[in-house]
Amino acid sequence: MTKEEALVERDGMQIDGGGPESRQVRAGPAGFNADYLKIYYGKLFPCADIYKWLSYGNDGKHPACDHSYFGRREFSFTLENDIYVRFQSFNNANEMENAIKEKCPFKIDFGPVYSVDPAKRHAYAQAGNNVFTPVERELIFDIDMSDYDDVRYCCSGADVCLDCWPLMTIAIKVLDSALRDDFGFNHILWVYSGRRGVHCWVCDARARRLSNEQRASIADYFRVYKGGENNSKKVTLTGPVLHPFLARTYTDVLRGFFEEKLLCSQKLLESEERCQKILELIPDESIAAEILDRWQGNRRSSISKEDVNKARWEQLKHILQTGKQKAQGLRRCVEEIIFSYTYPRLDMEVSKHMNHLLKAPFCVHPKTGRVCVPIDPDNCDDFDPTTVPTLSELFEELNMSGMRAESENEWERTSLGKSIRFFRSSFLHPLLKSCKEEMESSYSAKLQQSRNSLSW
Amino acid sequence: MEIVRSQRKPVADGPPNLSLYRSAPPLEVRLEDFELYAIDRLRVLKGISDGLSRGKKPEEMEKMVSELWRANMRHQDASEVMNKDIISHFVLRLVYCRTEDLRKWFLSMETTLFRYRFRLESPESQRMLMAEFQLPYKALSNAEFESVKDKLGQVARSIGQPSNAETIFFKVPFEEVPELVASRRVFLLKGYAYVAMNQVVSLVVTQFRSNLSKALVLTNRKWTSTIREQEKERLTPIVEALSNSYLGPDYSQPKEFAEICLKDIDQLASNSFPLCMRHLFGKLREDHHLKHGGRMQLGLFLKGVGLKLDDALALWKMEFSQKIGTERFDKEYAYNIRHNYGKEGKRTDYIPYSCQKIISSTPGVGDHHGCPYRHFSEENLRAALGKMGVGGHALDDVMDKVRNRHYQLACTLTFEAIHAASCDTGINHPNQYFSQSQKILKSRFQPTT
Ligand code: SF4
Ligand SMILES: [Zn+2]
Repeated sequence: MTKEEALVERDGMQIDGGGPESRQVRAGPAGFNADYLKIYYGKLFPCADIYKWLSYGNDGKHPACDHSYFGRREFSFTLENDIYVRFQSFNNANEMENAIKEKCPFKIDFGPVYSVDPAKRHAYAQAGNNVFTPVERELIFDIDMSDYDDVRYCCSGADVCLDCWPLMTIAIKVLDSALRDDFGFNHILWVYSGRRGVHCWVCDARARRLSNEQRASIADYFRVYKGGENNSKKVTLTGPVLHPFLARTYTDVLRGFFEEKLLCSQKLLESEERCQKILELIPDESIAAEILDRWQGNRRSSISKEDVNKARWEQLKHILQTGKQKAQGLRRCVEEIIFSYTYPRLDMEVSKHMNHLLKAPFCVHPKTGRVCVPIDPDNCDDFDPTTVPTLSELFEELNMSGMRAESENEWERTSLGKSIRFFRSSFLHPLLKSCKEEMESSYSAKLQQSRNSLSW
Repeated sequence: MEIVRSQRKPVADGPPNLSLYRSAPPLEVRLEDFELYAIDRLRVLKGISDGLSRGKKPEEMEKMVSELWRANMRHQDASEVMNKDIISHFVLRLVYCRTEDLRKWFLSMETTLFRYRFRLESPESQRMLMAEFQLPYKALSNAEFESVKDKLGQVARSIGQPSNAETIFFKVPFEEVPELVASRRVFLLKGYAYVAMNQVVSLVVTQFRSNLSKALVLTNRKWTSTIREQEKERLTPIVEALSNSYLGPDYSQPKEFAEICLKDIDQLASNSFPLCMRHLFGKLREDHHLKHGGRMQLGLFLKGVGLKLDDALALWKMEFSQKIGTERFDKEYAYNIRHNYGKEGKRTDYIPYSCQKIISSTPGVGDHHGCPYRHFSEENLRAALGKMGVGGHALDDVMDKVRNRHYQLACTLTFEAIHAASCDTGINHPNQYFSQSQKILKSRFQPTT
């Protein structure tokens, strides 16, 4: 039994007929139920850490702390019977924890920090216009596998498997490095969405204070897709060379993933239909015909032992990149094809506006029962959505060790332990440290200023 | 006498011709001139708005703006030119300060105007303007330049500009140049954007825009609290007249065809919707879903043609529930539809999108909104037009306009082909397309006695 198969069995998932390609993440409803969820919120959900995080240092004793900060954050709960409660707020960790335990929401979303307590927004609305408005919000990204349905053949819609998951790995790598190197952000949290995608939270103070226009500019910086559903050629790269960000993305991430992984795992050039789809991306019809000719010509010949996808790709590259084809327009074709099949597809609206809600980390996905655990961007190649702990597994783990005395951190005894440890050590602690530093330096700057103005 | 002379401003390569409109002018102009100046400026702004909606390239815009300016903003008295500029700007501020959408339009046209006028200034006066804005940026030092030289060259080449060792660069927080970031026209490193001298216009424009945006909000407040009353005899009538005659209908309140019924909607869609809305509506029926951009574009249009909130909810629910079930619809989407009708959240009335707004949108994967003339591939557009019954010569004419990026003209020709009637005003707004179409169709089916 291979390692993957073992994991699959442990998850109690069905393997529907045939080879490993058709293996899919399909945890039944067994993975999730409201009673387990109550226990999860009671014993495992890291409430205190979440509170620390969303306070950004304002929960301390420093004179520069803004004690109203956490209380101005919007939470929204989706309850069992699909009731959706927006604009909740809590004054402290206790209130939040009690509300979560009591209401046992199937989903928790975090919204922005508003100018005033969102629960009291109506009172302010009477007072005059625009008092109730978002003032801070993490920069967020939402990447959803169902947006990739035209470039994956293993599954579609809400399903994911190990053959298409690399598309998410690519997205994490591309965005993470650009957010750090280009935009200078440091406090970035990647989270598995529990089913078919990933979320990203950029939490630097600078990111939280971006205007909508600035958010849109970042989203657009990442945008390569144009033309929507009604233009088969979705990527057009212009200019004699690529922008350094795109060039680096291409050579460091996209090309390798396309040629080493997706080309074969998705069998991108195996059937006639798939071949045709790639040929459509070549604007010159006679060249496209020439390539098709070559592919048909050696159907039975030498390439039998070599992977047909690889062989055909090499032929395509050869024809496009040699001799007269090097002319304008076609030179970019190989890159455009690779970008079309690999480049991250963001839900732009989510990133552009401060007031979008996004599911909280460590929630449990009600369909799969999987916990929305953080993903380590430095080791995202190893992340496997099919082995993320589920509610029922965690419940069992708690039961197994339940005989021992109640320890304070019960999560340490479960497979959620390593996710929480990672959350703390590589995200929360560095974040809080820099919040504290920022607070101190801005405070002393202010003091200095007032001292100067006094001496006048 | 010496003193007097030294107080005079140097004329030779004098101060920039461009005003930052920091303070309102003293009112030393005849009242008629007020209105005339404002109308002249409005011609310039409308021209700009037109150019933008046709997707004109920056070079074309630059040429157009300078021609518009020359044609409309002259004055026989050279010393009056600057005054005319400033006065017309401030009068239009009063006209356009009164709703969020008017402010937005004015802000974006004035900013565009400023941008191109800035580009026409000499480097010397550009630097003076930068100083006037008090921008705190220093040029990149040599050592720093050397360390990123290659990347800067790469960016320049990526946008088709010669990279020049002489160019001066400024290092600024990326937040200050959103438009350069959005179009990847700058090199970014650790949160800083490296802005070339010929791009500083972006820095200045950002500043201009944010000043003007704040000023418009203030103007609005002053207008309602004092100016309107104080100027009852002089300015107020002019401002009222200007806003009535030149702003045109905004289609936020359905007027002419007060209501449409849900049962007629498929018929109306195939007879009187412009292609952008026909396509969205067809997709909604077919996929039982539309992404955010599509929901906004179609939803506001339907509101504009007179679909009542309850009917709108029924329509969207009927479709969406087939795909995601009624609960999820009620939970996730109903709110937004009510919001569009101003029933929830902040109670502003959302206004149906104009062609210009639709044409400049940027649909992504899975999106069906936008203007088909701009956003469809040629093949898809031909097929879509074919389905509308446009063929032969008419189709060629439409495609010809598309190739020259005259999207609204392409839409106008489509209108004329389908209705076998002329449309002299041209198409500027999907709701205008709809109402003109209805007018023609209704007149035809009215029995003539
Ligand atoms: S020109 Fe205007 S009305 Fe016509 S399709 Fe485009 S956006 Fe719609
Ligand atoms: Zn898959």
